[in-house]
Amino acid sequence: MTRSNVPPAQPYDGPPDYRVVGRHAVFPQTNHDEIERINFLAQMNRHLSARVVPGVKAAYDNKVAPGFAKAQGRPIADRHEARRALLEDDSFCLWSALRRMTMEQRQQAGRWTTIRQREALAETAAQLTDGDERLKLDPGVAVPRYVSAVDHHCMPGSYYTEAFPGDVANGANYDHGNFVTTAGLLGKYADGGGHAVVKWVKRNYPDFAPTSILEIGGTVGHSSLPIAQAYPNAHMTIVDLGAPVLRYGLARAKSLGVDNVSFVQASGEDLAIFPDASFDWIQTTMFLHELSSTALDNILRESRRLLKPGGIVLHVEQPQYTPEMPLFEQAMRDWDAFYNNEPFWSRMHELDLDAHMVAAGFEREKLIHGGVTAVVDKDLFPDAADDETEDYGRKAAWHVIGATV
Amino acid sequence: MSIADALAEAGAKAAGKRPYFLDHEVEAVLAITMAAVQELAVARQRIDTLERLLEGKGVLSRSEIETFTPDPSVAIERALSTQEYIARVLRIVQQRNEANLTSGDIASEAVGSELGARS
Repeated sequence: MTRSNVPPAQPYDGPPDYRVVGRHAVFPQTNHDEIERINFLAQMNRHLSARVVPGVKAAYDNKVAPGFAKAQGRPIADRHEARRALLEDDSFCLWSALRRMTMEQRQQAGRWTTIRQREALAETAAQLTDGDERLKLDPGVAVPRYVSAVDHHCMPGSYYTEAFPGDVANGANYDHGNFVTTAGLLGKYADGGGHAVVKWVKRNYPDFAPTSILEIGGTVGHSSLPIAQAYPNAHMTIVDLGAPVLRYGLARAKSLGVDNVSFVQASGEDLAIFPDASFDWIQTTMFLHELSSTALDNILRESRRLLKPGGIVLHVEQPQYTPEMPLFEQAMRDWDAFYNNEPFWSRMHELDLDAHMVAAGFEREKLIHGGVTAVVDKDLFPDAADDETEDYGRKAAWHVIGATV
Repeated sequence: MSIADALAEAGAKAAGKRPYFLDHEVEAVLAITMAAVQELAVARQRIDTLERLLEGKGVLSRSEIETFTPDPSVAIERALSTQEYIARVLRIVQQRNEANLTSGDIASEAVGSELGARS
């Protein structure tokens, strides 16, 4: 709280006030205290990454790693040993407890806001989507074990649970609370990832003129809409398992004036509803880590089948573990796998994705590798490229792996 | 029904066994504390909002708050209020210390057995 006897224009580094986020027709209404709860939680995440994590790293460097080496007669060999050794350290455990609590508080705050108005949100969504053929729901789509076993990032009910027919609350909770986890780094519409992909593709493939684009696992379309807007002559299809996020997604897109999109309920593992060579561009954004080994390969194969000649597939993900990445960083990046319900995260990030792409039918010499950071309105939001804090696994700085065919 | 639903469901547990990093009871108390810390942050922001709105309407100037000096009787009222608050919050410390001064403290359970027994 700024006191009147404090000079104005203090240097400031951190998330913006939540009131700068972009709103649309199905964005939940948030009262004063609900906004301040979100502000607090974004600041908590910022505090933990900027002011607490450096102390955890110091504990690792000065106590945990030397202690292990002394006791075992050899250094820590891999990230699993590093994590187990960190679990014996007070600083790591206290940081972990606080990080987990902040995630639980974020879910509780978002659920309070959305559940209290879920009937009204559903009505607004219905007004925007009823009878619109761009929303294609299929209640026959099964929820696979990799989604049902634990709720990803501690989000009760995940992307697919609905309290009543037409419910969109879980989409609204996911959308309006994204701000907290990334401390504002995803920008006004939580779409900094989508803008980053557009910028990357326009720079690397300036002549690419897709007419049909597919995003797999696109949830509410927050990363997809920038792509649809950047390529207005294309039609973009967003598939996801969850009806609540898809209903919410189309209503959100329409109220934001983005009409060249469809939201389709389907599993990325079986997209038989689309014929071979249906799409010029297939995209996934922070999606692969929420799968399983089998599902990943199935989805890579489906993406190969669905691409037109000359098409591009791009997957945006947090960086893979490599021998060059320090073990402390690997262990910290693994935190979400073990303690934030991202069970495939650890395994996924050690895979040789190139080999999996080749096994799925892509040519090794046509594989794509790159890196992107969230593109946001820098007047209002912090820019991940300029941000020196490291919130392992959460920072809006990603790797791109893909292929052309 | 929405508020009742939110009361029942907002704090729902996510599917998946919860990890604990500290002693379970310590972590439970810390979680309660952090929720209270959050609500205090929210309340402080609400007070700040009020102050700025009132200042904007010319009802008060926030510098008046910073330089506010209670007259002596009000100062005592406020000091007593703070004392009462601390005493409420630290009830458990008071009761532990009273127990330290007591000898022969007996648990209700034991008295129950005593009173229930036939002589």
